[in-house]
Formats: sequence, structure tokens, C-alpha cells
Amino acid sequence: MSKHAAIGGKLITRTTVICAALFLVTMILLGLRFMNGLGAVANINNGYPWGIWVAYDVVVGTAFACGGYAMALLVYILNKGKYHPLVRPALLASMFGYSLGGFSVIFDLGRYWNFWHIMWPGYANPNSVMFEVALCVACYCTVLWIEFTPAFAEKWGAAKHKHFLNRVLFVFIALGCLLPTMHQSSLGTLLVVFGKLVHPLWQTSLLPLLFLLSALSMGFSIVIFEATLVTSAYKRPSEARILGFVTRYIVVLMSAYLVIRWGDLIIEGKLPLVFSSGGISFMFLLENALFILPIILMGPKGNRENERLQFIAALSMLVGGGLYRIDAYLVAYGRPGWHYFPSVGEMMVTFGIIALEVLAYIVFVKKLPVLHPVSETGEPRIVERAPAAAAATTK
Amino acid sequence: MSINRRNFLKGAAAGGAAAAACAAVATSPAEARENKEMPPKAVGLLYDSTLCVGCKACVVACREANDMHPEFSTEEKIWDTPLDLSGYTLNVIKLYAEGTSDHKDQEENGFAFIKKSCMHCVDPSCVSVCPVSAMQKDAETGIVSHDPSACIGCRYCVASCPFGVPRFQYDTPTPRIQKCQMCKHRQAVGKIPACAEVCPTGATLFGPVTALREETERRHTLTPGQPNLFPRKTVDNLADGHEKPVAHYQPSTYGLTEMGGTQMMLLSGVPFQKLGYPELDAKSNASSSETIQHTLYKGMVAPAAVLGGLIYAAHKHTKHDGRDEE
Repeated sequence: MSKHAAIGGKLITRTTVICAALFLVTMILLGLRFMNGLGAVANINNGYPWGIWVAYDVVVGTAFACGGYAMALLVYILNKGKYHPLVRPALLASMFGYSLGGFSVIFDLGRYWNFWHIMWPGYANPNSVMFEVALCVACYCTVLWIEFTPAFAEKWGAAKHKHFLNRVLFVFIALGCLLPTMHQSSLGTLLVVFGKLVHPLWQTSLLPLLFLLSALSMGFSIVIFEATLVTSAYKRPSEARILGFVTRYIVVLMSAYLVIRWGDLIIEGKLPLVFSSGGISFMFLLENALFILPIILMGPKGNRENERLQFIAALSMLVGGGLYRIDAYLVAYGRPGWHYFPSVGEMMVTFGIIALEVLAYIVFVKKLPVLHPVSETGEPRIVERAPAAAAATTK
Repeated sequence: MSINRRNFLKGAAAGGAAAAACAAVATSPAEARENKEMPPKAVGLLYDSTLCVGCKACVVACREANDMHPEFSTEEKIWDTPLDLSGYTLNVIKLYAEGTSDHKDQEENGFAFIKKSCMHCVDPSCVSVCPVSAMQKDAETGIVSHDPSACIGCRYCVASCPFGVPRFQYDTPTPRIQKCQMCKHRQAVGKIPACAEVCPTGATLFGPVTALREETERRHTLTPGQPNLFPRKTVDNLADGHEKPVAHYQPSTYGLTEMGGTQMMLLSGVPFQKLGYPELDAKSNASSSETIQHTLYKGMVAPAAVLGGLIYAAHKHTKHDGRDEE
């Protein structure tokens, strides 16, 4: 008997319709982009050749999609079986996050029809961090879909296949832990070659480590964030207790992150820049405040099972990690005389991609065995019909 | 989940594998990737701002040689008026003007011209970052060229060039990256780059990098105000040279050390930073980036070791997954 169950319920709700409409707008804007060039929709220019489609959709988006990575590491590598109920929903979100990150890359590439060159031996350049990231993200997308196949197998009753899957799945789980370690750190390394184009408060050869630590923390945070939303949207029993344990990892990882980041600033003599860099100083301090908040909130044991505080801590970590990436790629990057702020169309495309992600997530949890059935005793209980509230989800 | 002997052993085994994997990463030899060396037959350009009269003949010649249409920045589209390098302009002459702009090659109350085109770095960032090897540096001549048929349009080269040289075309569904390729198609048939060929004052000279560097050193030893014979077109072409009083040069040559050296060199009377050329380290950005990549991924040894540990742990911990406890 499966430990997971589809929650059922109507697919057409206010939320899903809004999400679908947003994605439709994105499709129209992308049509414009493919007919008239990137400049027809995006504000990117030769001073800022990468806009939010790279910095948000790919760099932040895949970090937000690190829930599957973080939970797989916890459950299958560190053998913390109690977190098992959190794995599959996390994998699902990762699957969509990464797949859509990959999709964003395609429409951001100027010469997308040559995309296959990146994996073609005659063209591929292993010195390029971009090559490593692209290959790794493509592989990880595949791995995520494979890791998720047991859900499909359960849905369509392919018991034999499920048995076979279970026998080989550990290889993909291992890959699913290795690949994000590689490309999430590489998303930091990607900036090293920019040298002085990136403000010294961000530019350091430790970028790969800082990106990796914050990506993992964001992975744990998105699990808390999503679990809390799903719990409240579908009126499921609170998972605050188990999520409380997860917060410990955020505290440890972000403490390490802060020690490394500030230690590096001290050793490199960049400390004075923290306050003397004008607006960029503010961004730097804001980021750090957002990183410190989860440590303050979740440090004391007594707070950890407080649902509200958990949610605030996770949100703070997600916003902080997102800001760190946007700052490093866009705000702290620049050449004299150039400016960039995303156009409305550019932002609409990004919103549409997020909407598609939410939409797909809702469809999947309603139709496929993703979430653990609602039961305190551990006995599987398939929910035939979702509570009426599920259909009226608006958040 | 209670801690029983089996779980303890499993945990210990996984921990051991993870520790071994981490050790493999930590002890893998950190092969610092040094700056690349100047190619044996490196050719380049020398631009002497003090000789430039701002006629922009080189801008026009560059367009003709590379088959690119003019760019307009004025309302009446009569003159080719590129404001900067772009997806449609590979070479541009800019003007520095300060205060009353009375004196040529003077920082205060003066003016100066400056050329912008590819520096042809000895250790180019664009070549290092290009995921599909569309950017290439010729092993012999050192010319940095771009192959649009390989390019995927990711614009990593645009983002990473410290000089802001490669430019992308944002206004077309079939865009290309554009940059100066030192007229390699002209060099292939024995000609020199168009900009050097048409320069009436020898402000832009073509030649072997060694000869160009000798020439910059020679110019630094000249006495300002004294007449000197300056070559035209190529650095050794004194027969076609012209005499002109020597200007006050800035003490350094731009491009000798910047980013590990470049094959285009600049001389100027005005500090280079005022002319839009950034202050850069002697260590190339490509070497910093590749040092990290090579340390982590040399022969894929470290990732393979980590994967081994992960597979071991994942296998241990999923074996009983079908019937495991909550």
C-alpha cells in the first residue's frame, strides 16, 4: 500500500484559472520575443546582457527548487527517515522549478536553435562554468523526473515497474544529491570571471561555497514554506513538529554561511565597504538581516515548533537568498553608463512562469499520490474527496 | 525512529563515505591556472591617442571591411554616428572633453580621442566562458574570433568582458554577437586590418606584438615637444611616416599587464580611466575562474568520489524503503 495519496478535488478553481491566465499572457509575450528579438520584451542591453530571466528564473528559481535536493540529502544520505513525508512534495516542487528554469533558459538564449551545441563534444567547452551549469541542470531535470516516477507508477498501478524502480532508484537519488551540489555552487562560480564588474562585497572566490550553503538553506525553507501553505490551503493537520526539526538545518547552514562570508570580508580587508558603499551597502545589510532573522527565530528550541515563526523564518531565508542572488547578478553588477530595470513585459513573463509552476503543482497533488494521507496514526487513508475548502483555495 | 544497532551502523557507514568524499575534494591538488602566455606569432594594434585626429576614417573602413551598415544617432539620418560599440559597430572613436576643451591630450581643459575595439586579450574571458567554443583564440596569431554558427546567444561573453567589447543584437529574432576580429579575413589574403590601413596619422598601427611593444617603449623615452618620425599603417613602415612633435604621454602603456596583457595597446596623454578604460588587475579573470573549475572538476575525480559515497549511502538507506517505518 502506498504511503502517498492524491488529495483529489476540483481542478478548476479561482487559483488555477488565475495561474492559467497569467501563463497565457506569458505565451503571448514570448511570441513577441521570438518574432522581434529579446529587446522587444526585455530591457536587457549590452551593459546588462542578463536580466531577470537569468537572475530570477534560473538562478533564484533553481535555488527555490532545492527542496528536493535538501530533503533527499537528509532522508536518503543522512538517513533521517522521519522526514520521509516531506520528500515527495519537495521533489515535485523541485521538478517544476528546475524544468521551468530550463525552459526559461531556452527563451533567454538569443540563438536557441543551437542549444544542443552545449552538450555536443565538438562544441562543448569544459572550461566554461556555463557549460557545467547547463549540462548539470539538464541532467538534474531528468533525474528529478525519474525520482518522481514512483508517483506515476503508483497512480497507474504499475506495481512491477515500481518494484524495478525501487531497485535502481538509489542511483538516481545519489545523482540527485550530487548534481545540485555541483551546479548550485557553480551558479556562484559563474560570477567569479566578472572580476571587478561585481561589487567587492559580493565578489569572492568563495562564491561557490556561499551559493551552495544558501541554496541548501533555501531548499529547507521552501519545504517549510510549501508545507505550511498546503496545510492551510487544504486544511490538513499541522506539520509544525516535523518542520521544527528541519529549521535546525537552516540555523546551522546559515550560521556557517555568515561566518564564512564575514570572515572573508575581514580577511580581504573589505569590512569598511560594508557601510561606505551607499545604496549597495543597504542591499548588503538587508540581505544579511534577512539571513540573521531565521537564526534568531529558530535558534531557541522553544520557538521551533511555532508555525508562525517557522513560516516567517523560512520566508526571510527565501527572500534573503533570492535577494543575495539578484544583488550578485544584477544590483552589484554593472558598468559605468549602463542601467537596467526589468520591463513590465519581462516581469510578466517571470510571473507567468511562476504561475505555471503553481498550477502544475496543484494539478499534481490533486491527481497524483504526492502528499501523505491525512492521518495521525500513520495508517494510510486515501482521501476520496478533498474537503470543500480545497476547491475554494484562493491563496 | 529509534536508534538501534542497525541504524547506527548505517549512519556510521554513510558518515564514513561522506567524510571520504569530502576528503577527496579537499585534498585534490589545487592546480592554480596561471595567466596564459602570449602566442608565438601574436599580432596586434597600437593606438596612440596623441596622434589621432578624430577623423573616424577607421570607423568607416571597419564597416566596409566587415560589411556592416551605418548606425544613426541623429534625427536626420545623414551621417554614420555610432555612439559606442554595438551589435552593428565593431570599432568606434570617442571624444574625451573636459572644461574648456582647449588643449589636445590634456586632462584638464583639454580633449582627446580614444578608440574602442577588441583588445584581443592574451587570456580572454570571452573564450574561457563561452560554453560552446564559439569564441576562439588563434594559437598562432592570438586573434580572438567569434563563430556565429556555433553561438547559442547566451551572452556570457558580453557580461564577462572587462572592456565591454562583445555586443549582442537585441532587435532581431536571429541575433549575433559582434566583435572586432582584427580583420582576420583581410589578414588571410595578406592585407592588414582596415582601421590601421586607412589611418592618416598612424594613430592605429598594425604589427607583431613584440614590435608594437618596442615601439611603445621607444615613445616613452622620447622628449615631449621634440619632433619625431611616426610610422603609418604598420609599425615598421617609417618610409610612409610623418614628423610630428611628441606629446606628453601617460607613464604607462595600457594593455601591457591589464588582464594578463592584451594584443592591442594604447598610448595616451590623458589617464586611461578618463577615456573609459578600467583599472584592471594583472591576473586574468579567466585564470581565477578556471582555477576554481579545474580544482573541483579536474578529471571529474572529486565528483566521482562524492557520487560513490552518495550511491553507497543512498543504497544503504533505500534498501528497505518499501517497508520502512515512519
